[in-house]
Amino acid sequence: MAEKSKLKIDFRTYMMIVALVSIWIIFSFTTGGSFLSARNISNLFRQSVFTSVLAIGMVLVIIMGHIDLSVGSLVGLAGGVIAILDVWQGMNPVFSIGLTLLLGLILGLWNGWWVAYQKVPSFIVTLGGLLIFRGVLVGITRGTTIGPMSDIFYYLGKGYLADTTGVIFAVLAGLAVIFVQWKSRQDKLKYDFDVLPLKLEIAKISLSVILLVVFILVLNSYRGIPVPLMILTIFLAIFSFITSKTVFGRHIYAIGGNADAAKLSGIDLKKITLVVFMINGLMASIGGILLTSRLNAASVAAGDGAELDAIAACVIGGASLAGGIGKVGGAVVGAIVMASLDNGMSLMNVQNFWQSIIKGLILILAVWVDMYTKNKNAAA
Amino acid sequence: MAEILLETNKIIKDFPGVRALDEISFKVRENEIHALCGENGAGKSTLIKVLSGVYPTGSYEGEIILNGEKKEFANIHEAEKNGIAVIHQELTLFEELNVAENIFMGNEISHKGYMDWNEMFSQTRNWLKKLKLEGVKPSTKVGELGVGKQQLIEIAKALNKNSNLLILDEPTASLTDSEVELLIDILRDLRDEGVTCIYISHKLKEVFEIADYISVLRDGQYIGGDEKSNLSEREVVNMMVGRSIEQMFPNKSKKAGKEILRVENLNLDNNEGQQILENINFELHEGEILGIFGLIGAGRTEVANTLFGYLPGSKQGKIYLEGNEVDIRSPKEALEKGIALISEDRKRFGIIPPMSVKENISISFLEKFKNLFVIDENEEIVRTSEMVDKLRVKTASLNTKIVNLSGGNQQKVILAKNLLETPEVLIMDEPTRGIDVGAKQEIYELMNSFAENDMGIIMISSELPEVLGMSDRILVMHEGEITKEFDNRKKDISQEEIMVYATGGEMNG
Repeated sequence: MAEKSKLKIDFRTYMMIVALVSIWIIFSFTTGGSFLSARNISNLFRQSVFTSVLAIGMVLVIIMGHIDLSVGSLVGLAGGVIAILDVWQGMNPVFSIGLTLLLGLILGLWNGWWVAYQKVPSFIVTLGGLLIFRGVLVGITRGTTIGPMSDIFYYLGKGYLADTTGVIFAVLAGLAVIFVQWKSRQDKLKYDFDVLPLKLEIAKISLSVILLVVFILVLNSYRGIPVPLMILTIFLAIFSFITSKTVFGRHIYAIGGNADAAKLSGIDLKKITLVVFMINGLMASIGGILLTSRLNAASVAAGDGAELDAIAACVIGGASLAGGIGKVGGAVVGAIVMASLDNGMSLMNVQNFWQSIIKGLILILAVWVDMYTKNKNAAA
Repeated sequence: MAEILLETNKIIKDFPGVRALDEISFKVRENEIHALCGENGAGKSTLIKVLSGVYPTGSYEGEIILNGEKKEFANIHEAEKNGIAVIHQELTLFEELNVAENIFMGNEISHKGYMDWNEMFSQTRNWLKKLKLEGVKPSTKVGELGVGKQQLIEIAKALNKNSNLLILDEPTASLTDSEVELLIDILRDLRDEGVTCIYISHKLKEVFEIADYISVLRDGQYIGGDEKSNLSEREVVNMMVGRSIEQMFPNKSKKAGKEILRVENLNLDNNEGQQILENINFELHEGEILGIFGLIGAGRTEVANTLFGYLPGSKQGKIYLEGNEVDIRSPKEALEKGIALISEDRKRFGIIPPMSVKENISISFLEKFKNLFVIDENEEIVRTSEMVDKLRVKTASLNTKIVNLSGGNQQKVILAKNLLETPEVLIMDEPTRGIDVGAKQEIYELMNSFAENDMGIIMISSELPEVLGMSDRILVMHEGEITKEFDNRKKDISQEEIMVYATGGEMNG
């Protein structure tokens, strides 16, 4: 029984891209085209990085059937710690970044230990974390705003890759796409599985490469690839790979799909739960570093409520809070949808309160559409 | 002769593919304790659900006649209003609320919306006295009481709704001996005060102690009934099993080989310190199918889960695998050592609903086809599609979600998952529960073919024909102990013999 290989279109991902493109088209009309200017596209993606980074960690937790409410506070705390190390202690940025990432891992370990080994519901553990981490932040910063940061952080938060560096990355990424697709095709042929006709395969690869090139050219026509966007892209690639291709990733989905059955299948629930919370802690500390870098200072309110944006991004991106369903790429698209709404409405001078209302409605609508199409698929 | 309180007339209840009740007609007289006996799956629970309005009128055929009047219950409340109350095996009390709150739940005494707790507490006190629950106060939290006392609170709750027909479904399943005695006493008192009982149980000793009249169901049919004084335990057992083994069990040619698994003096206490398994000893050979039969609560599933390293509680005793003592503490270790388990509860412990057929099959042994950390997806497709072909799973594709398959095919997927790396010992807990006859037969054939490839199979089942038709040896369990071991190679053991040991009775005739 060979698997038929067709041009499979994942309906949910497809829907989201369509939704995103429609939002862009609407905004490009309502803003008289300024929404789609190179400068704004560059800004838009830079703005989406922070929530995207958090959403990557969060979506793993959500796929596993848990939730992490402590992310926003963890972002604030990590941001505070890196500012203290950099500004007050004058530590070498490499060490201060290293220590902050370690802090993220340890706080994730703390959350994960309570959830995995003490069986306290993740909602409670991380709600506790939300209060604790924010409290620690206020304590160690004595409630002050700490800044300005060293130059390297300006580069991390607001810098751009030089045009040539950008082009080199683009070429490397393009080659990687071609190589991965080609290798997968050769492997399938080895197993005698059906593959796409060669022409179609080449068209598919060319399309991805062309999109990549266009994107880089647009960014370069402004100032180049924003550094935070580059960082995000690397994590997006790593975690998409982990969730879709590795044993560890498959185990996360299994736990979220049916924890009892996963355990009986020989999966080490505790270990995986712990590691996923640690990854989420790590991503939150990266978020904290990026946020502090962008603002050039740490404040006690930094990252407040960021966990909710991250959760919303995951959900808009097709993740199910019941567990077992979700994609890293989806979560990032979800974050870009949210950033687009923020950005577009700001360009239109929509008042803040309306922005909040509209984002809330879109969240509900997105989940409703998702449920509706799923039910229809199930009935068919 | 007392009046007839309840009568059913040709009740038929169909489920997709199965006739659960087939023209059941029986009568319950006033002021009697009427025992309803039958094997698991005989239709007892279905009948109760019809009588108590769980299955509303229209979802079954036939008539219910109460006090000479034809009744149609659209829901449970209508049945309750007519005085019929069911005490389910799973209690439905609110553990966090107190006794009085529970007894008056949904039936509160109030004046203009204000609860009259004084009145409710005083009535509760009367109930407690009547049910000999000294030491329990109306304000005691129900969760603090033992199961036996909770059961009596449930009875009080039912009687408080003016019920005069109590239906008790396996009321003693989780009670200790002294609690059973107390329950029996109280039911007798209630009977003398005019309450009628339908008492469902397959523990014959108990039934013969308490019942005035015994009726037997089998395969959804009313087989017969009589005054207790006119019946012997033996006769009731005969009526309960009473069928010959159907010709659906294929023969297996392979003889058992060397010993692969031995269990010595296995004892298990649950987390509350209650003893679940007592002194379990048995061995399993290559190519052998060992059947374990027991009624619900006999401890069969606990034996399986203990072997598989999946049971909370403290375990004593030794387990040997191929002569080496092993201490299996997790399903992961069990799988690594070559023990596989197919759980009785496919929905809860078997399938992973959002995943595809392929992913469900490969999940236990992903380690076997990875390069470094990466799943070799092509190898995964090859291996899983091999299993799909071998077990003849009917699925549109490997990527179909498992929830879109029929029960029998889901079960085959779970089998496939456990056989992806051939285990030495395969434990199958109720392998054919909830699947249709055709799929059953296929599963039996597969079991034989595994045994012929030297696998040792432990088959736990509450279906006697299946146990008798498939097993080389049969262990019978009752209340956590192995009460008898039968050699069944000649397939000459009768259902009656097994049932006697499974109900805890002795051969006496």
